[in-house]
Amino acid sequence: MNLNRIYGLFLRHFFLIKGSFPRILDLIYWPTIQIILWGFISKFFTIYSDYYNNTVGVILTCAILYDFLFRSSISFNMLFLEEIWSRNFTNLFIAPMRISEIITALVGTALIRTLIGLVPAILITSPLFGISILNLGIPLFFLFLSLYIFGITLGLFVSSGLLRYGPAFENIAWSSLFLLAPLGCIYYPIEILPDLFQNIAKGLPLVYIFEEARSILVNKVVNYSNLRDAFILNAIYLLIGISLFYYSFSQARKKGSLINIGE
Amino acid sequence: MQKSIIVENLSKNYLNKEAVKQISFTINENEILGLLGPNGCGKTTTIAMMLGLLEPTKGKVIIHGQDIEKNRISLLHKMNFISPYIELPKKLTVKENLIVYGKLYGVKLISERIKYLSEKLRLNEFINTKTGELSSGQKNRVSLAKALINKPSILFLDEPTASLDPETGDFVRSFIEKISKEKNMSILLASHNMDEVKRLCKNVLMMNNGVIIDQGTPDNLIKKHGKRNLEEVFLKLNRNNNES
Repeated sequence: MNLNRIYGLFLRHFFLIKGSFPRILDLIYWPTIQIILWGFISKFFTIYSDYYNNTVGVILTCAILYDFLFRSSISFNMLFLEEIWSRNFTNLFIAPMRISEIITALVGTALIRTLIGLVPAILITSPLFGISILNLGIPLFFLFLSLYIFGITLGLFVSSGLLRYGPAFENIAWSSLFLLAPLGCIYYPIEILPDLFQNIAKGLPLVYIFEEARSILVNKVVNYSNLRDAFILNAIYLLIGISLFYYSFSQARKKGSLINIGE
Repeated sequence: MQKSIIVENLSKNYLNKEAVKQISFTINENEILGLLGPNGCGKTTTIAMMLGLLEPTKGKVIIHGQDIEKNRISLLHKMNFISPYIELPKKLTVKENLIVYGKLYGVKLISERIKYLSEKLRLNEFINTKTGELSSGQKNRVSLAKALINKPSILFLDEPTASLDPETGDFVRSFIEKISKEKNMSILLASHNMDEVKRLCKNVLMMNNGVIIDQGTPDNLIKKHGKRNLEEVFLKLNRNNNES
């Protein structure tokens, strides 16, 4: 691992973001809109139904957590897509970069892109809705970490597809998380799902992460077994994601998709 | 003369198509080898295998005594490539792009290297301009600067003067000629510009349908085929090959 090269690839994306106001605006825009929208929906339920009395904080906190996952994954994919769109893909792969260096640089850059979008969204929830995600306490760090790992893992799956199939795989990059959202049990407990879906959902770390968030906010109980299960599943998926990325690179070298992927 | 590159029985098959069929050739130190052939004849596939971007079905590419398949990363430090079909990120300035690639190639004194290349390739007037805002000629010189950022001993040039005006084209050709002599480089030049190939290359490979159909010095090829120039040789060879 060469830190200089990792820093070099980070700089490539840093220069891009720094020089483009629309890109910064785009990073901030979607999380902000999403949080405002969900904030008003949550407030509506709180005012008009006693049943939802305690849910402003729960729904909004889950929305922020979900958005963090969404941004992590999309940021990772975006970094890859930027290389394809700018027709720089071949240049990158003829540079002496190891796959591990490419993954590490993208993981670090994706985190910064995600935080640029998330921090303003978190900051506005307190004055607008009187809610702070920090109420989750120390477990919040583990929830974010777990979501980030899963987001990156999804990014690795999608990037593997991009590497192998090129820009045709782009739409999958955008829709991947929307497909998982219903099974992730972000806004409701797993019991809401039909039995078959429950069995599938138990294989996703998202269920344990959001169950934990609700447990802390509603019941004021920290259940570390949820965090443990989420990390175990994350480790398995991350390992699969990294292996798939290496395999896709090897297949791309066989099939020739590294040569003309931007065309 | 030391051989920088040895290509041995190199082949590439895609499903039902044989893109390159058992080609062999060498490039010496300080030599510019021309690679000529019609579109789709296997030139890009050959270059991609030499760069380690594409895994050969059979055969080997030996660079500085090492197999590219086994030592890809270490050999890529000594190589570089330009092609009109790949670009540098458009939203980054020329300087930012060169810094990024300097880092990726592990260049130690990046600022000094950029300064040197900016002077030699006349980049100073637009060094802080976004790459996407440059003219074709300017972009071409920036790509050349990127290709030289790591002081490569082996350079692959795929149509380096395509779509350039005559003056810029001449500047680029003169520059390539000069650096190959000064820096003891081995260069593989794929081009459709026959005058350029005649001017720069000591030896030429003619490719068609994935095989080398003839090779030699430009003068010897012209003499051997009884033609007036390299373009006529190219046309004759390709027409004969397509008919057979």
